[in-house]
Amino acid sequence: MALTLDAKIPAGPLAEKWDRHRFEMKLVNPANKRKHSVIVVGSGLAGASAAASLSELGYRVSCFCFQDSPRRAHSIAAQGGINAAKNYRNDGDSVQRLFYDTIKGGDFRAREANVYRLAQVSVDIIDQCVAQGVPFAREYGGLLANRSFGGAQVSRTFYARGQTGQQLLLGAYQALEKEIARGGVAMFERHEMLDVVLVDGKARGIIVRDLRTGEIESHAADAVILATGGYGNVFYLSTNAKGCNVTATYRAYKKGAAFANPCFTQIHPTCIPVSGDHQSKLTLMSESLRNDGRVWVPKRREDCDKDPSSIPEADRDYYLERKYPSFGNLSPRDIASRAAKEACDDGRGVGPGGRGVYLDFGDAIKRLGRQAIEERYGNLFEMYQRITDEDPYTRPMRIYPAVHYTMGGLWVDYNLMSSIPGLHVLGEANFSDHGANRLGASALMQGLADGYFVIPYTIGDYIARTPLPAVSTDHPAFAAAKADVEARTRALLAINGTRTVDSFHRELGKIMWDKCGMARDAAGLRQALEEIPRLREAFWRDVKVLGAAEGLNQSLEKAGRVADFLEFAELMCRDALHREESCGGHFRTEYQTEDGEAKRNDEAFAYVAAWEYAGDGVDPILNKEPLAFENVHLSTRSYK
Amino acid sequence: MHLTLHVWRQASPDQPGRLVEYAAPDISPDMSFLEMLDVVNERLIQRGEEPVAFDHDCREGICGSCGLMINGSAHGPMKLTTACQLHMRSFKDGDAIWIEPWRAKAFPVVKDLVVDRSAFDRIIQAGGYISAATGTPQDANALPIPKPDADWAMDNAACIGCGACVAACPNASASLFTAAKVTHLGALPQGQPERERRALAMVAQMDEEGFGGCTLHGECQEACPKGISIDAIMQLNRDYIRASATKVEVAEWTGAA
Repeated sequence: MALTLDAKIPAGPLAEKWDRHRFEMKLVNPANKRKHSVIVVGSGLAGASAAASLSELGYRVSCFCFQDSPRRAHSIAAQGGINAAKNYRNDGDSVQRLFYDTIKGGDFRAREANVYRLAQVSVDIIDQCVAQGVPFAREYGGLLANRSFGGAQVSRTFYARGQTGQQLLLGAYQALEKEIARGGVAMFERHEMLDVVLVDGKARGIIVRDLRTGEIESHAADAVILATGGYGNVFYLSTNAKGCNVTATYRAYKKGAAFANPCFTQIHPTCIPVSGDHQSKLTLMSESLRNDGRVWVPKRREDCDKDPSSIPEADRDYYLERKYPSFGNLSPRDIASRAAKEACDDGRGVGPGGRGVYLDFGDAIKRLGRQAIEERYGNLFEMYQRITDEDPYTRPMRIYPAVHYTMGGLWVDYNLMSSIPGLHVLGEANFSDHGANRLGASALMQGLADGYFVIPYTIGDYIARTPLPAVSTDHPAFAAAKADVEARTRALLAINGTRTVDSFHRELGKIMWDKCGMARDAAGLRQALEEIPRLREAFWRDVKVLGAAEGLNQSLEKAGRVADFLEFAELMCRDALHREESCGGHFRTEYQTEDGEAKRNDEAFAYVAAWEYAGDGVDPILNKEPLAFENVHLSTRSYK
Repeated sequence: MHLTLHVWRQASPDQPGRLVEYAAPDISPDMSFLEMLDVVNERLIQRGEEPVAFDHDCREGICGSCGLMINGSAHGPMKLTTACQLHMRSFKDGDAIWIEPWRAKAFPVVKDLVVDRSAFDRIIQAGGYISAATGTPQDANALPIPKPDADWAMDNAACIGCGACVAACPNASASLFTAAKVTHLGALPQGQPERERRALAMVAQMDEEGFGGCTLHGECQEACPKGISIDAIMQLNRDYIRASATKVEVAEWTGAA
């Protein structure tokens, strides 16, 4: 049965939609708010900011995270910065320009109204964070500093050294802890969500596993918010934290929430290359490095093994500056990543296995002095040296693209509600604002916009308009969901095969990277669609998960997550196969221009692909939400 | 490289633990310490033995999840480095390595190398924030903050809450953790209205959790992977004394009065 996807975009001119909507939404009176409960899953930027803000408004909030403290959510690792249309630089920025850059950066595959709202509230985020004590970088005059980021020609990125995500998350975390102390939020650390519970067609609770005791618990509420991040770890190697997973959103998908554009994944151009088979994750080097670093490879293949300092200027190919003179080293991520792949495919890559390009600070150090570079990027340089044992002050860094972020996610309407009534999705977990490619410093902006400034309004409207009879965890729907989760846990433990969970995860990652990674084609995707079910079958027959259902069991946690990745990967490939065009991070080699750029097909594919679960072993149903562009002209994205 | 590991194994909080020896042959110097443990765990699973439980997540030194005593040093031998960023090239072929959890009364062991650090969250709950409800603030640039103040705030805000300071301290004191937050927020104009109450309430909670007192051994700043200076503890002490002198009651602050 196909879904009816109503994006619920408010009427009126773009710039007035959000204001008008805020006025038209119903309010819950302050005395009534405390009668309503909300579950928030995830405690990153989106989850923590939502939980704290909803508690401040008076709702009774329960917040869940799988880490040992909400402060450890993966938002903490974001380095570079957060965009906001403050125009403090007087360099031509505006809400309209941030909106336009984001829509264009996403290769025209995002909703205009959502993106405009994001640009509008971006300015409030900075105010909010400063008030919380986030120590943003400042100029000597005491005012806030900015830097520029890929895909933009204005300087609108606010930052706190190379630890912007950490500082923003600690701001939200501290607000959350304040609300926990006040009694407004009940916090459940080391709890992993394993299912969402629907009563009368509405999301009314979740099933979680207490990771310390192993107990499977039920929690009921009037509405549920998922802020559970992205699914980059489907590739095994990514810049995501080891615990990042698709389980919460995938289980919601299996309960009826549409999954939108799963094939839109972002490959970040500046990561430290893989060093060997033992590699457990990849480390990002902030994109801000491209402000001062110049990307190059040798012009000649035979120079690749030479000491880079011995290669004269004339023999270096600064390929981003050559191909994209107006954006140069600050070209958007998808473009910079593909260009690096091309150079390496051409046999001109450097470092082990020839999968690397140089990011060279020699010129910047000559121009600005070592101290200035140290001030800007000191911690990143140290991190690089620690991992590679090479000194980036004297030898160019080696970088290579790696999976970093997922633009796809659960489909949501303008109110951030999924196709399951009452189930709201925030931050990276939803699909909404970045289209087919996210610009640098926009993830932090979106997570906080959703949590601080969108959901506090829209969830009130949902609660005010919806009859929500009291539901307790004694309801049969909870018992049924709990029994399913327990059965699955038992099944994983009972297999007692011969292969470790990680070995399956690595194998899945390799299939995905080779066939659904930086470049994809129909033949490879079809192959992947045959290989993944085989691997999944092998997993359920031969995985070895030791230990018991009771108590802390990290293998069991991993097994459950990998089991979901093994199903989800198929959905991703299916989406990538059906989208017969190239756009943003989705590059189908069959669809490219003569000079190798992505070739969109707006006639046929200017829509959101929202996949609907139709049962195990049954093809999912493709629902389309057409994207209407009334305020921007659909142009070929050019950064030349 | 061929190594011998002595790893703390403890099945659950209420069972006794012990050090167990494992041979770790064929370890590459390019592996991180946690990747080495991954390899050891994969081999244990293959042999049908339960893998060693340890907390970890981002593996890039920022989430604060990992925390191991490695040969008696919090996060191991390299300064300014978390266990996840420590690489095996810091060790030699044939080395024996002792791996234990953080040892502190306020950090009870959950399993093997995993400890419960929720006491840190409760210290933050006591006052480690600025009360600025969503939507209330003025324009961000309405409040200029001298760069040195902002930098000093950032130096202290860099704490990742890993607990190495507690593990390294002979008294198992959480003073550096608490002081870093008090100093971060106290360095900023936004943090002033709650400054004194914050110091009193956070210190009271720290004591409540069973952390020891600070006797300025300085081991904490040596162990801190983020280089947070013991100067923060001086600041905490000043704030605490000043707050005590102005007789702000903790009870009044927490609303218990």
